[in-house]
Amino acid sequence: MLNVTQNLVRATPRLARSASALVIAEHDNSSLAKATRHAVSAAAAVAGSDPVAVLVAGSNCSAVADAAAAIDGVSQVLVVDAPEVEHPIAENLAAAAAAAVEAHGFGTVAAAATVSGKNVIPRIGALLNAQPISEVVEVVSEDTFVRPIYAGNALATVKSSDPVKLMTVRATNFDAAPADGGSADIVAMDAPDFPLADKVKFVSAELSQSDRPDLASAPVVVSGGRGLKSGENFAMLEKLADLLGGAMGASRAAVDEGMVNNALQIGQTGLIVAPDLYIAVGISGAIQHLAGMKDSKVIVAINKDAEAPIFSVADYGLEGDLFQIVPELTEKIAAIKSAA
Amino acid sequence: MAANGAFGRVLVGVKRVIDYAVKVRVKPDKSGVETVNVKHSLNPFCEIAVEEAVRMKEAGLATEVVAVCVGPKKAQENIRSALAMGADRGIHIETDEEVAPLNVARILAEVAKAEEPSMFILGKQAIDDDSNQTGQLLGGFLGWPQGTMASKIEPVSDTAVHVTREIDGGLETLELSLPAVVTADLRLNKPRFAALPNIMKAKRKKIDAKTPADFGVDMASSLQTLEVNEPPVREAGIMVGSVDELVEKLKGDGLI
Repeated sequence: MLNVTQNLVRATPRLARSASALVIAEHDNSSLAKATRHAVSAAAAVAGSDPVAVLVAGSNCSAVADAAAAIDGVSQVLVVDAPEVEHPIAENLAAAAAAAVEAHGFGTVAAAATVSGKNVIPRIGALLNAQPISEVVEVVSEDTFVRPIYAGNALATVKSSDPVKLMTVRATNFDAAPADGGSADIVAMDAPDFPLADKVKFVSAELSQSDRPDLASAPVVVSGGRGLKSGENFAMLEKLADLLGGAMGASRAAVDEGMVNNALQIGQTGLIVAPDLYIAVGISGAIQHLAGMKDSKVIVAINKDAEAPIFSVADYGLEGDLFQIVPELTEKIAAIKSAA
Repeated sequence: MAANGAFGRVLVGVKRVIDYAVKVRVKPDKSGVETVNVKHSLNPFCEIAVEEAVRMKEAGLATEVVAVCVGPKKAQENIRSALAMGADRGIHIETDEEVAPLNVARILAEVAKAEEPSMFILGKQAIDDDSNQTGQLLGGFLGWPQGTMASKIEPVSDTAVHVTREIDGGLETLELSLPAVVTADLRLNKPRFAALPNIMKAKRKKIDAKTPADFGVDMASSLQTLEVNEPPVREAGIMVGSVDELVEKLKGDGLI
């Protein structure tokens, strides 16, 4: 028994392709994720003087539409308000985005390269018959882009001949568009057909709660690896992170050994961060980890192994026992902060 | 799909890539990275996908596991690795062209139409092009639901699974009607090492040889690589001798 539904590839759109761009908003129906504003900047670089629109697909999401309309540089906000897109289910979100492209003739569709963006953009690729471009780090022209390959060990310059360019953009490489200053029109769109609505259903979500800043955009990240030896020892790093107003991160080894939650993983297959200050504690610096943090402005490495590859990318390296160094560092920074 | 609680056939997509531990070098002519005389392996995420399919078979959920690969002649070695892990047979679509995810997905969609699986499992991304697209494109072409970046797959009936996904900030569970496409994240399982007897046995398993033309797919991509460059090199840093010195440096940089 096989239930192959009709291939959804659409006919060549009726409208001539414009240079205008559509950004898919990421949100939880009440607030807009900051990553969206980074994607707006990248989309504006592609669109040039042509307009940038934002698609807000959600349920009871007017607060998000208002926030999107206020972003500087956004000229139009398209809203699809339907229960099928209450959660960012890729199949339904892609149907909404494809309908928006068909109705408005956008030449570019962009989303931040978050898990949600990576989930939906290629799905749209199948609907529009276009080869998506992942993790764009630089816009060279309206059809030429730079993206990292091989865990960031090479940068490929690629040129797309697709009539609609589909891309995810690496947020850390584009400044966030200002959250205010814009006054875009908010336009309600009819909900499109959701052909897979009965085949994929949201069951539940388990989000880790944290009072710390969002890891992806925190100015300071304190990250631990295998050298921490146990989850309890991460408390030491939390103290340092809190003192610096930073977020906590981890290497794959620390996540695999169950020391911390997977949402903290930084690297090729986890989050990509580029804070002002990255402090790597007990992390050797495998290729896969470096891929996620080597664009940080200042990197500090604390490791007992003088040969650890992390020292080759560190601005400041300190060789020694992290269990002595981290408390001492925390104490001395605390003393400076309280004196200031 | 079988009525006895089993789903039926499971297809697994596998890719040959430069081994994850190799430090790649960009070619002087900027046309790509050096691949000659460089160690290649099965993409780590594909290993996880194979392991999951084999575990489904061992649990009586899958009736047959088929490893499908689009790649060069040498990719046969990597299909054999999947067979040694427990896949029953292989399908090799041989091409020397660069494999763009859209074209691979088109071929895999045709294979799926012929093989009628209940599930297609892929890795979430290949560690060479880092695209993270093929599973989503395949789901789109087939009109099947997708469960990407999966850390858990649990059957809930003969015709549906719960897929727990690794999302930013935590986990999410979706219910997918079969047939479906699932892509494996690192934490889905720990792939087994193939034992020598299984490696020997794998040599007798069948691999069907095909070409992209058999599926009517042109491998030319609408995305052309103009050049490949080395990333900017970080300026050499310094080793400090004490915590005091580190604190002074950070203070000097205005970071604390």
